[in-house]
Amino acid sequence: MEAFTTHTGRAVPLRRGNVDTDQIIPAHWLKKVTRNGFEDGLFEAWRKDETFVLNLPERAGATVLVAGPDFGTGSSREHAVWALQNYGFKAVVSSRFADIFRGNSLKNGLLTVVLPQETVERLWKLTEADPTAEVTVDLVAREVRAEGITAAFELDDNARWRLLEGLDDISLTLANEGDITTYEAGRPAHKPSTVQL
Amino acid sequence: MGRTLAEKVWDDHVVRHAEGEPDLLYIDLHLLHEVTSPQAFDGLRSNGRVVRRTDLTIATEDHNTPTLDIDKPIADPVSRTQLETLRKNCAEFGVRLHPLGDVEQGVVHVVGPQLGLTQPGTTVVCGDSHTSTHGAFGALAFGIGTSQVEHVLATQTLPLARPKTMAITVGGALPADVTAKDLILAIIAKIGTGGGQGYVIEYRGPAIENLSMEARMTVCNMSIEAGARAGMIAPDQTTFDYLAGRDHAPAGEDWDAAVAYWKTLRTDDDAVFDHEVYIDGTSLAPFVTWGTNPAQGAPLSASVPDPASYDDPSDRLAAEKALEYMGLHAGQPLREVKVDTVFVGSCTNGRIEDLRAAASIVEGRRVAEGVRMLVVPGSVRVALQAVAEGLDKVFTESGAEWRHAGCSMCLGMNPDQLAPGERSASTSNRNFEGRQGKGGRTHLVSPQVAAATAVLGHLASPADLTDADARTAVEA
Ligand code: SF4
Repeated sequence: MEAFTTHTGRAVPLRRGNVDTDQIIPAHWLKKVTRNGFEDGLFEAWRKDETFVLNLPERAGATVLVAGPDFGTGSSREHAVWALQNYGFKAVVSSRFADIFRGNSLKNGLLTVVLPQETVERLWKLTEADPTAEVTVDLVAREVRAEGITAAFELDDNARWRLLEGLDDISLTLANEGDITTYEAGRPAHKPSTVQL
Repeated sequence: MGRTLAEKVWDDHVVRHAEGEPDLLYIDLHLLHEVTSPQAFDGLRSNGRVVRRTDLTIATEDHNTPTLDIDKPIADPVSRTQLETLRKNCAEFGVRLHPLGDVEQGVVHVVGPQLGLTQPGTTVVCGDSHTSTHGAFGALAFGIGTSQVEHVLATQTLPLARPKTMAITVGGALPADVTAKDLILAIIAKIGTGGGQGYVIEYRGPAIENLSMEARMTVCNMSIEAGARAGMIAPDQTTFDYLAGRDHAPAGEDWDAAVAYWKTLRTDDDAVFDHEVYIDGTSLAPFVTWGTNPAQGAPLSASVPDPASYDDPSDRLAAEKALEYMGLHAGQPLREVKVDTVFVGSCTNGRIEDLRAAASIVEGRRVAEGVRMLVVPGSVRVALQAVAEGLDKVFTESGAEWRHAGCSMCLGMNPDQLAPGERSASTSNRNFEGRQGKGGRTHLVSPQVAAATAVLGHLASPADLTDADARTAVEA
């Protein structure tokens, strides 16, 4: 996983709540067997509308998505995270993320930042008024900064450390493989097995 | 202090606990399907890793599989590649697979329970959010992303933060015409799509205890639509009776040991939930959704709400957008909403009891002119059972289409889709924009409401049907 320390870029204000993963990447894109090439599927239905914020020329190259509450609800598809990353987003700001989406994003190095809705509102106003306004997402200081806005955000120490270092979870777990083997030795015999009868 | 059901199952699976770190949790059962696994197997391959416990892993094909002409090559080359990739990966890594055409094939969340693999007190994961279904057995079951699929394949564990617990108590008895689907839709409308976020929900109370296993699965299935990590129901005699004698259920001494353990899986009287919700079961009625998220629902007897009636500005905006997308207007009685398609199926309502319920309503009646009704069993076993009971004939004689098992129109990854602007009554779990096909409009309903809707051509419950509907059928 790519490490995340701090990132500064222009933003896309997405004034929608409850953006579900079917909107982020529709199901027909899920037939792909790779982790890349999903950028054209990102918000596919909405992008047909040329006035959709992502289509506006001044938003080209923006890397921070500022979205409404309950972003990433619905299906567990990690493709939603890959689509955002493939498109070029490095961070997403919202007042509330769906659990699975958040877990997926942090495992891929896409920083999901939870800020109060009123801060999200201020970021929307700022970046709508000035598309060139830059937003800094600083994981070291756990802070989002933009003109006239400094907002602290929370992320637990362990998740932050893994992101800062770009650590791979599987290697971390396998470092404690002895614990897994010990646990397995004590599993009851009545637990299910998938071995074909 | 006592512990909740979820806490007991959690504690029994902690492999490693360290301050300031997520717990490392052991996974008893890992279910795979073609959509969320290819990148995970690629990850194993590129790191030279193997599947740690093939004996705790099982795969099936469901999302992409066609429901017609299953003996012919799959027409869509991309779908075909995805299925072929799963077959190749399972062969290479030694994972048991039930492919299209196999008697155990079906929607992953229907297959696990019917094989008896889903058991009380187990941890069950799958790269699919509706893994919450398996919580009906008192399992801690939740959906995971592809990186986590890879993690479980490689280590049979997952690092996870301990969830909070919520009790949803449903008191009283459900009225006779109210199903598990109506109940869960009403719960989601009450707590919202984010209401369960960060929680494992335990459904309890007399109305829950009276539900069959299949109905319990319908309830737990949609926990994710309230944002919850998982939904659970304490195992009881209904659970044990369902499991006894199934292929992978314990037998002999193991059965006795298992039941003794399963009986301990109840929330202690002095346990404290982080949050509690009470629902009066007697006050419920058949329920349908009118919007584009599963919380935007109302009793069938109600009208489409006025967005202006919402206090919260983002709810108001969401309702406005939803009505625009759905082509509905405030104040329109829900019963007058006409549909083009009725879909009976999915991991929410594609089991045998669901098909029996729908069949009993269309029997001797005709699907309305201009309405297409698709009946898609959740698994091949469900299909075989339905055929043995003659349900397939009941459906086809009424004008419905009887299809092969799979996810089908629940998400339209295969050819079963809504055309732009088409409207469905669907027994599935998501009414998101475009979920059943680009521009398609979905109303989530129970199998009973789906069947009555198919006969009348507009949203309806069985109580709306008259003998005259049956007579027309005979004359026709
Ligand atoms: S039936 Fe629908 S919800 Fe269930 S696993 Fe298939 S696509 Fe997902």
